[in-house]
Amino acid sequence: MMNLLAESSPVPAIQGQMQGQIDIKNLHIRLGHGKNEFEAVQNVSVSIQPGEFVCLLGPSGCGKSTLLGALAGHLAPCSGSIQVDAQLVKGPHSDRGLVFQHHTLFPWRKVIDNVAFGLKMKGLPRAERHERARELLKLVGLAGFEQHYPSQLSGGMQQRVEIARVLINHPRVMLMDEPFGALDAQTRMMMQELLLDVWERIRTTILFITHDIDEALFLADRILVMSPRPGRIIEQIPVVFTRPRQSEIWTSDHFIHLKRRCLELLHLKNADFPLRRLTPLGTAPYP
Amino acid sequence: MSSITEAIAISSEKIRPHQLEVERLVRRISSIGICVLAWHLASTHHVDLGLVTFQNVPSPQEVLAAGWELLQSGKIVSHLTASMSRVFSGYLIAVVTGIALGLIIGRSRTSGDTLLPPLEMLRPIPAVAWIPLSILMFPSSELSMIFITFTGALFPILLNTIHGVEAIDPRLIASARSLGTGHGAIFTEVILPAAAPSIFTGLSIGMGTAWFCLVTAEMIAGQFGIGYYTWASYTVQNYAEIVVGMLLIGLLGMTSSLAIRKLGNAMMPWRVSGANK
Ligand SMILES: Nc1ncnc2c1ncn2[C@@H]1O[C@H](COP(=O)(O)OP(=O)(O)O)[C@@H](O)[C@H]1O
Ligand SMILES: [Mg+2]
Repeated sequence: MMNLLAESSPVPAIQGQMQGQIDIKNLHIRLGHGKNEFEAVQNVSVSIQPGEFVCLLGPSGCGKSTLLGALAGHLAPCSGSIQVDAQLVKGPHSDRGLVFQHHTLFPWRKVIDNVAFGLKMKGLPRAERHERARELLKLVGLAGFEQHYPSQLSGGMQQRVEIARVLINHPRVMLMDEPFGALDAQTRMMMQELLLDVWERIRTTILFITHDIDEALFLADRILVMSPRPGRIIEQIPVVFTRPRQSEIWTSDHFIHLKRRCLELLHLKNADFPLRRLTPLGTAPYP
Repeated sequence: MSSITEAIAISSEKIRPHQLEVERLVRRISSIGICVLAWHLASTHHVDLGLVTFQNVPSPQEVLAAGWELLQSGKIVSHLTASMSRVFSGYLIAVVTGIALGLIIGRSRTSGDTLLPPLEMLRPIPAVAWIPLSILMFPSSELSMIFITFTGALFPILLNTIHGVEAIDPRLIASARSLGTGHGAIFTEVILPAAAPSIFTGLSIGMGTAWFCLVTAEMIAGQFGIGYYTWASYTVQNYAEIVVGMLLIGLLGMTSSLAIRKLGNAMMPWRVSGANK
């Protein structure tokens, strides 16, 4: 019986020190070629603790996705360094999972095989990876949808599968680029609560990009605010609301105070310059 | 697969999918029936529209008689096996080279720059123009004919594969890499399945163009083949036999293209829209 209980937990008990320490030092990233080359990220230095939930807040086009792309290992920095647990980031790795605004599930794989994909790449046998995938699907509230194809799910469900697919690898860091940005307000709030709930159980460092101040304040332990292009970190705001957080905090005085501070920093008055939406991997396929 | 058919069944409660299928089949067959009827009327009444005339066009009855004769002679089996083995050999080689080249060209700009210009130059050359060179280049006429059907099938497969690979969302590949997919596995686990719908479009078109080149290829045949039969009937001006040959090629081309499409749908059950086409 004891044995059964231990096995049904999706994550083995954390042994020893927690992982997921991020150290970014004097990071500069340049994008574009020739005449069009420009500095997207300028002299960013920041450390993130293992298991910390950090939100990156900044105006559109300031270099948030670029910074995340470099952390994931898809973009090479021009100078400076990124280390995760004292290891230099040199390329993509299953230790650093990525979640985009629009899901990138494989349309040809059923939900369960999407979630189990990381374990397939690690060479685990099918039965074992399906068992683990089923546990993670239960964790994100999608038990019973194993045999569906991604296109048969709603946007919120697709993002939940995406999160499960990343978490099955037990990443040291989960990098999320406006993951709930395309969802309707109600679904977004539900997903925020679900993410916090999952994160309480599977503790991993999360770096979460958003341009929604409320979202950042509701989720984060700490908010990093970035300046318009070239992106620099202009302020770090600790957010100390007790967890588990409830939606009541939205109306508290302290919440409103922090929100005002964020608004000031983002200069929302003159932030209405239209910028083409690009990802560091090229033009975004969705408007 | 079953969950998809379920989903379709739910979306159209009133009409049963089976009933719908029967209706569509009836519509398709009657469409061919109408064409044959129009042909019958035009040829028996010797319709002359000035620009186009049916005065000397053989009627369906004459063609049927010629077809019956071919069937009776017993040569049809040799004609069919000869043509089918040529078309399928050329097609198979085109499938392998087209998909392999397409994956490479679609993935790397340098290989695209080096491989595409000569291919683009060869592409507009019609099958007929290849006849003399293919006779010179290959030791047997059988290989020459296979080569000509190969040239017909190659380009649709190649171009659709390239297009399919280039259209893959780069985020899909980035995600896969961040999930621990190595360089080799990216091809088999992501690029090939992501490009599969486009590749199958190419495979289906390529099947048709391979048959399209058959008459040309079999102009150099000595004895057997539907294309040879058609061409030989032309040299003796037997028009009914020509139409028999034409119809046989059309029928075989259509059936094998359809088979490829069905195979594609069976292999890509996640494409709900493709499943009921
Ligand atoms: N591949 C690229 N080539 C050239 N410019 C790019 C590329 N990707 C993004 N950019 C530009 O770099 C800046 C930062 O982009 P990004 O990191 O996506 O911003 P954010 O995620 O904060 O909205 C933007 O001005 C964007 O237009
Ligand atoms: Mg972005």
